[in-house]
Amino acid sequence: MTKTRHQSVGLTDDQVLEMYRYMLLARKVDERMWLLNRAGKIPFVISCQGQEAAQVGAALAFDKTKDYLCPYYRDFGAVMVFGQTAQDTLLSAFAKAEDPNSGGRQMPGHFGGKKYRIMSGSSPVTTQVPHAVGIALAGKMTGENQVVFTSFGEGSSNQGDFHEGANFAGVHKLPVIFFCENNKYAISVPLKKQLACKSVADRAIGYGFPGVSVDGNDPIEVYRVTKEAVDRARAGEGPTLIEAVTYRLVPHSSDDDDRVYRNRDEVDEAKKQDPLVIFATYLKEVGLLTDKAIDQLNREVQVIVDEATEYAEKAPYPAPESTMTHVYGS
Amino acid sequence: MANMSYIDAITLAMQEEMRRDPRVFLLGEDVGVRGGVFRASNGLIDEFGEERVIDTPLAESAIVGVAIGAAAVGMRPIAEIQFADFILPAVNQIVSEAAKLRYRSNNDWNCPLTIRAPFGGGVHGALYHSQSVEAMFTNVPGLKVVAPSTPYDAKGLLKAAIRDEDPVLFFEHKRCYRLIKGEVPEEDYTVPIGKADVKREGTDITVISYGMTLHFALQAAEKLAEEGISAHVLDLRTLYPLDKEGIIEAASKTGKVLIIHEDNKEGGVGGEVAAIIAEHCLFELDAPIKRLCGPDVPAMPYSPPMEKFFMLNPEKVLEAMRELAHF
Repeated sequence: MTKTRHQSVGLTDDQVLEMYRYMLLARKVDERMWLLNRAGKIPFVISCQGQEAAQVGAALAFDKTKDYLCPYYRDFGAVMVFGQTAQDTLLSAFAKAEDPNSGGRQMPGHFGGKKYRIMSGSSPVTTQVPHAVGIALAGKMTGENQVVFTSFGEGSSNQGDFHEGANFAGVHKLPVIFFCENNKYAISVPLKKQLACKSVADRAIGYGFPGVSVDGNDPIEVYRVTKEAVDRARAGEGPTLIEAVTYRLVPHSSDDDDRVYRNRDEVDEAKKQDPLVIFATYLKEVGLLTDKAIDQLNREVQVIVDEATEYAEKAPYPAPESTMTHVYGS
Repeated sequence: MANMSYIDAITLAMQEEMRRDPRVFLLGEDVGVRGGVFRASNGLIDEFGEERVIDTPLAESAIVGVAIGAAAVGMRPIAEIQFADFILPAVNQIVSEAAKLRYRSNNDWNCPLTIRAPFGGGVHGALYHSQSVEAMFTNVPGLKVVAPSTPYDAKGLLKAAIRDEDPVLFFEHKRCYRLIKGEVPEEDYTVPIGKADVKREGTDITVISYGMTLHFALQAAEKLAEEGISAHVLDLRTLYPLDKEGIIEAASKTGKVLIIHEDNKEGGVGGEVAAIIAEHCLFELDAPIKRLCGPDVPAMPYSPPMEKFFMLNPEKVLEAMRELAHF
């Protein structure tokens, strides 16, 4: 019997179905947040749409009981693989006390949660990259040897913290996976105004470790290259830079209007490569999904998102006076 | 009780803490084989190895950023910035990350990180090896800023910083390193962060300072005593959060206050100290609150007469203290 493409990279049928489910959940939660924003119920949305395959495919290559995630603000798919729920995301969107990222203190997309092994992040981009390197350094010292997954956009690959962090990890051969989600725009500024090299992956050579570019719309391929990188890292062979080439299907955030800087033809063309659509097609081709099953899955996910929305909307806000707490531990 | 220099007290604090707690490690430029450009980590690599005394690439944001990551998962890093002047590339990591990690995560994460940085001038270091940059960090809640002036305080405060659950920026005055000597107990002790210390009791005027200028004030106080003027000298030790009670108590004691620092005057730590006194001690004051500080120029020039002009010294301090006493 010939192996399917996913089996040949070591993924079981159940695992690819799980992959699709995470991608669908991230997409549906994202769509819900836009709806809530346009209805005036939440002040802000930042999106993962178009990048779910990259995020979920990569995150599934890690051991979430041991490894750490230092994500960036679009990584709804990745944080869900590490354990965050639709309810968590919506609690954050509504800025409610129970939001596991920050107790409602931070904007959506500023992930965190020790119980999920997700390091807290901020808004100045790329600061998470040196943190990932430090977590890996600590793991080397304690012998825990966790692999650290840090992600960022291609715009962030210009920041000093990317270069300083990658260089440090290269020198110390630390188990860090630098995962660049190249969605081709840093808000409005296109790739050609951001980078003079052909691929973000080319930057790895300067730090003495491999750089790989992969189709970010293909979760199986993303999983394959990430798994190889994780295995190398766990074996003490050091970091890898992975560039997942994707496309941001929606504006930068709910406050952006992308019609100003990219034409509709380009976006429509990208939608034909929507990772959810092409992965569903693949799963149908290999006989793991049918249209009926997809409908059923959509309904199930919709119920989860509806329940999460209802819960989060009704959940209490943090007490105003709690503004004064947790400046210092003592 | 041993008599030792300020820098030896720093080295000893790090050595003792690294022996006590395997989670403590040092990272920075030249801290390993060279033992630091000032020799503050002299010998540590021999005892603890290059895994715990890490010569990093020359990149300050990574030194602090990597330390933050390690601290977040339970280590106790000491990050050395070679000169306080070079801390600026790491400010985003210090202010946006270390200082806010606990608050922004609703107490889920914290950052037990110590950042050591030699500051201050009078060492022919010119603009970029002489600066006092502390005021940039003293309105950043979440961060603690410490600047000891004696070997006893340096050792006790550094140990307290390393054991603290939050980020501490630890400024060491580089002229104090070898010039200032003092008694340091053999036994383990810490000095509490957030507490000022009366370095000399007096009744006529109150001088509030920190770092090298604190010693100028103490020297001047000796001379003024011969003139029958009794100076009360308060060492701030912690610059953020300030010891408000200690400041109010010291100011109220004499009603005449002179605040001294090497950092330039406008926007300096002294302004906040003066504001605390103005808010709380109006009816105790017998004179306007005075400040004696570095001039408001970008930084200290290299040429010796210019450096001398910029720097405070015991004579300038004595003059200002005498003037206030006679007000």
